[in-house]
Formats: sequence, C-alpha cells, structure tokens
Amino acid sequence: MEILAHLSEGFVEALWPINLALITIGVTLGLFIGMMPGLGSVNGVAILLPITFLVPPTSAIIFLAAIYYGAMYGGAISSITLGIPGASTAVATTFDGRPLAMKGRASLALVTAAIASFVGGTVSIILFTMFAPPLASVALSFGSPEIFALMLLAFATFVGLGGDDIPKTVLSICLGLVFAAVGFDEISGEPRLVFFNISGFLHGINFLVLAIGVYGIGEMLWTIDTTRGKITSTEAKMSISGVIADARECVSKAWKGMSIGSLLGFFVGILPAAGATPGSLMAYGVSKLTSRDPDSYGKGNPDGVAAPESANNSASTGSMLPMLTLGIPGSPTTAILLGGMVIWGLTPGPRLFSDQPEFVWSLIGSFYVSNFFALVINLSFIPLFIWMLRMPFTILAPMIFVLSIVGGYAATNDMHDVWLMLGFGLSAFFLRKFDYPLAPAVLAIVLGPIAEPTLRQSLLLSSGDPMIFLNRPIAGPITVIAVILILLPAFKLIYDKFRGAGVKSA
Amino acid sequence: MRRGEIITAGILAVMSIYMMWKSTELDIFYIKGEGPGGGAWPFWLSGIMLICTVIIAVNAVRRVSPPSQSDEPVLDAEGRKMILQVFGGIFVFVALVGIVSMYGAMLLFLFYYLWFLGRHSLKLSLAISILTPTAFFFFFEALMRVTLPKGMSFTEPFFNWLNTIIY
Repeated sequence: MEILAHLSEGFVEALWPINLALITIGVTLGLFIGMMPGLGSVNGVAILLPITFLVPPTSAIIFLAAIYYGAMYGGAISSITLGIPGASTAVATTFDGRPLAMKGRASLALVTAAIASFVGGTVSIILFTMFAPPLASVALSFGSPEIFALMLLAFATFVGLGGDDIPKTVLSICLGLVFAAVGFDEISGEPRLVFFNISGFLHGINFLVLAIGVYGIGEMLWTIDTTRGKITSTEAKMSISGVIADARECVSKAWKGMSIGSLLGFFVGILPAAGATPGSLMAYGVSKLTSRDPDSYGKGNPDGVAAPESANNSASTGSMLPMLTLGIPGSPTTAILLGGMVIWGLTPGPRLFSDQPEFVWSLIGSFYVSNFFALVINLSFIPLFIWMLRMPFTILAPMIFVLSIVGGYAATNDMHDVWLMLGFGLSAFFLRKFDYPLAPAVLAIVLGPIAEPTLRQSLLLSSGDPMIFLNRPIAGPITVIAVILILLPAFKLIYDKFRGAGVKSA
Repeated sequence: MRRGEIITAGILAVMSIYMMWKSTELDIFYIKGEGPGGGAWPFWLSGIMLICTVIIAVNAVRRVSPPSQSDEPVLDAEGRKMILQVFGGIFVFVALVGIVSMYGAMLLFLFYYLWFLGRHSLKLSLAISILTPTAFFFFFEALMRVTLPKGMSFTEPFFNWLNTIIY
C-alpha cells in the first residue's frame, strides 16, 4: 500500500502544470529526434541534460523521461513510413511495419505501434510496481552463461522459424556476428578484423551503418527496380473514423503480440547489459514462433509491429530497475540518466528505494504520464506522417536517400561509414535478389557485442567446458529450447522425407 | 539467376575465407587461463559461413533453390539503367561531401533527382533542393549540436555567415 501511495504522489507530481508542459515538450522533441536515423533517445537525453539543471531534480527527470519515451515512439515512425529504423530499438518494427505501409496500411501500422507502445509501457509500470525489489535480485542472478543462452535463443528463433532458406539465414546471422566483431577485441584490446588495414574499421561497424544500408539504400534500390520507379508511394489514407477502425483492428489482431512483447520486453529489459533492443528483437521472434501463421511475418502482420513496439517500451521501464536498484544502467540512455541522478545528488543503488522513495516513484509516475502523452501526441501527428507517405515517390525517394546518408554519418561522424553503408546497400540489393534474408544479419550485428563477451566469459569461468550452458538452473532450460529451435528445420526435413516415403510405399 | 546465385555464393565464400584468414591474426583456440582467443569467435563463425556458401552453391547447381529455378536475368537493361542512374547519383553525392560540404552535396543530389530523374518542375525542384539542406542545417547544427562535414575551405565564409544566425 505504501508503494501505491508513493506512486499516486508521483502521478500528482507529474501532473503539475510545469511538469505537464515539460512532458509535452519532451515527448514532441523526443518524437522527432527518434524519427531521425542516426539520432536516438541517447542523443536527445545527452544534449538536453544540461538544460535540466535549471529545474528541480524531479522536473528534470520527468523531462528526460518524456524525451526517452517520445524517442521510443519516434523510432517506429521512420521504420514504418520510410523503412529506415530510427534507432536500434525499432529495427524489428521495420520487418512488418514497412510491408504494412507498402500495402497502404501505414495508418494501421502507426496506430498499432502507438497503442502497443502504450500497452507495453502500462504493463511494465504495473510489473515494476509489483515486483521491483524481488526482480532486482533475480536480475542479479543472471550471469554471463544465462545472458549468452538468451542470445542463443534470439538467434534460434530466426533459424528455427524461417520459411526462408536455412543456409542463407545461418549465413546472414554469422555475417552480422562477424561484422559486430570488427574493431578492437574487447578482452585483449588488440585490433581485430581491420579489413585491408583501413583505419576506419578500427572503430568497428556501427549497427546503424548496416541497418540503414540494408533498409534505406538497399530497400529503395529494390523498390525502384521492381516498380521501375512508377509508384506513387503508398495509397495511405487517413481519417478519424479510420484511426478508430485501425485501433479496433489492432486490438483484435495484435493483442497476442502486445502481450508477448509487454511481458518479454520487461524481463529482458531488467537484465543488466540487455535493454530494449534485444527485448524487441526477441519479442518479434517469440511472437512469430507462437503464431499460427508464421509465414505472414515479414509480409505485414500487425502482430509483427505490436510485439517489438510493446517490448521496447516495456523494456525501457524494465531497464530502469537495475539502474535504480543496483546502479547498473541497462542502456546508454539510462547510463546518462544515471549520470544526471548523481549530479542531482542522488545515489542509485539498493538504498535508493528506502532513502529516496519520493524520487523513485515520481520517476515511475512520470514515466506513466509521459507514456500517455506520447500516445496522444503520437496519434495526433499520424496525419503528418501519412502525408509524408503520400508524397510522390520521386520526392520521397531522394529524401530517404538523403536521410540515410546523413543518418549514416551522424551515427559515427566518419565518412568511411557512409561509404561502407553504400557498399552494404548495393550488396543488400543483390543479396535480396537471391533470396538472402537480411533481417537476421541486422539482428546479429546488434546482439553480437552482447553475445561474444558473455560466451567468452562463460567459457573462461568453466575452463572451456561448454556444459556450463546446460548445467545451470536458468541457462540450462533456455539453451535446451534454443537448441531444439535450431534443430527444428532438420527434424522437419527428416519428418517430411519419412512421410514422403510412407506415401510412396502406400 | 542460377549463374548469379552461384557467383554470389562464390564471392561470399571468398569473403568468408578472407575473414577466417584475418581472424588468425589473433588466437583462434582456447588459451588456458584466458578463455577463447580474440580471433576464435569470428574465425569459427566465418567457417560456418563458408560451409553455408558451399551448401547454397550446391543447391543452386542442383536447381533446388527458387532463384536458381528462374530464367529471368538478375537485372534487365531498363533495371540496370535505373539502378545506375540512382546509385550513381548517390555515389556522386557522397563523393561531393568532402568538396562542397554535406549540405551542398545534398542540394545538388536533390536537384539532380527531382529535376532530372523525377521530371518535376524547375520551381519545385529548386524549392525542395534549397529548403531541405537549410532545414537540416538548423536541425543538426543549431538544435542537436551535431556538426556535418563542411567540405573544402571555400565554403567557410558561407557557413560562417550561417553560424552568425545560430550564435
């Protein structure tokens, strides 16, 4: 009850006129920052952090939380309307959001993203309120073997489910993982895979360079080639009754994706070093895995938008948990928030909940209010986003190219990466011609920096014995499920052969 | 398409071998007391890639994969022309960034695409080509404090003048 009292105080605090104004400005700013490829919530929060020193700590954190939430929504908008993920958390939204927009259902995709984000945010707040202290200890029991097992599960969902060519899917995953290893070996500190000794590879390959190359440049070249450039974008329509109808359709068709995303996102979010990106990618995979119609994923299934969108919002709240209770940030944005808290004289860690309950619950309350405002502001901007889609293709296409180039540069401030992105774009165009799935490569380059160190640390712990992934109580079951999923296509093949032989002999 | 698929698998196989070779610059086996070497992860993953390329090529030779069953060319003459015009434009855009700045290159690319490829009116092409980099400039340089490349020194007076508006 005490928690609820604190939480309601938090709501009251967040609803003060000054805080409401900060929320509105923050969400709107975040929405546009999140939409811009190459800029994410981390840029917005980092740039605006000094401004927040002018207001009291609670108002400051409310403002930053609003930017964070706004950016989470914004990432989905460019994924859906332009096909370029605005941030890593919105990569999975591109898989089904873009096909929906191309079918003229951009409004459904945007409404689904908005509602799913809101649901994800709501569920995570409830889970946070109910389970914050015990979950913090569960999260602490997740060591390297458990996190690697989770990563394995994420890859397995992509291998085991593909209607796609399995060798091509595996190749795509490996390619992404190897690209993620470019730069410096984190453990020995030595340069690694510096191709042709070009110094630009020393800082590694940023996931955005690959993602924008594939989804920005490659996708546009593909569209231009297949349509001969004679399309007038999509026939997206927009009306108030249409939004209501879309909202109804979203609730009836995408409730499963939302439920999976909200729950899974929260639990992945609370794991230190995991955060919203793996959460959204795993939610997409699990939603596809449990779907009755997995083949419709990647072709415009609303569940494929709802699952990652609810997961990334849910994970954002989840990632606050290790930050507040243990002082461990789950994402770069929470790391900056943590820095802000230290400057404001607060000490994150196990004692924060008991020493500063007003601050913690005001923050959670403000998250919820920001989430609600983000929904309202986002829905009211949908006509603008739809209008963008209705522009003639010959205007939209160069704009997307310009955004891709600027986004590729802004991610690392290096022209080498822009050239690399062009190379990825052209390669993606040709690889797509030969049915190579490229989403797994993007997934892998995002998760690679988590997967490799955890694998190496685990093997170091066990003196090289891989059984460490099987004989631990949490890692074991996750690894077994992942292995089954990886072997599923082989079982299917053998089963089909036997059945075929049975039919022949009959 | 079949020949294209085999060639692509071949290119990817060469790439895998190169990445395996490059990985061997660091240790690729388990080092006692230190765990797997720094090259192990990319080496063995590139090895899996190499095996996949062999399977993909065999499937293409046996005409098992859908692209290898298609007789369509990878790119027909019209497709080739369009891709060359569009990708060539983007290529020149990026090449010009170091000379006329990101904003200047953006302006030229937009004008090329809108006026030459898109066949829009001169007025509309000019308006979009000038307004877009201007909006980008103020968003990135003033609001986000992100500096984009300014090209060679001759652009300096112009950007100095724009900066006086910001600061």
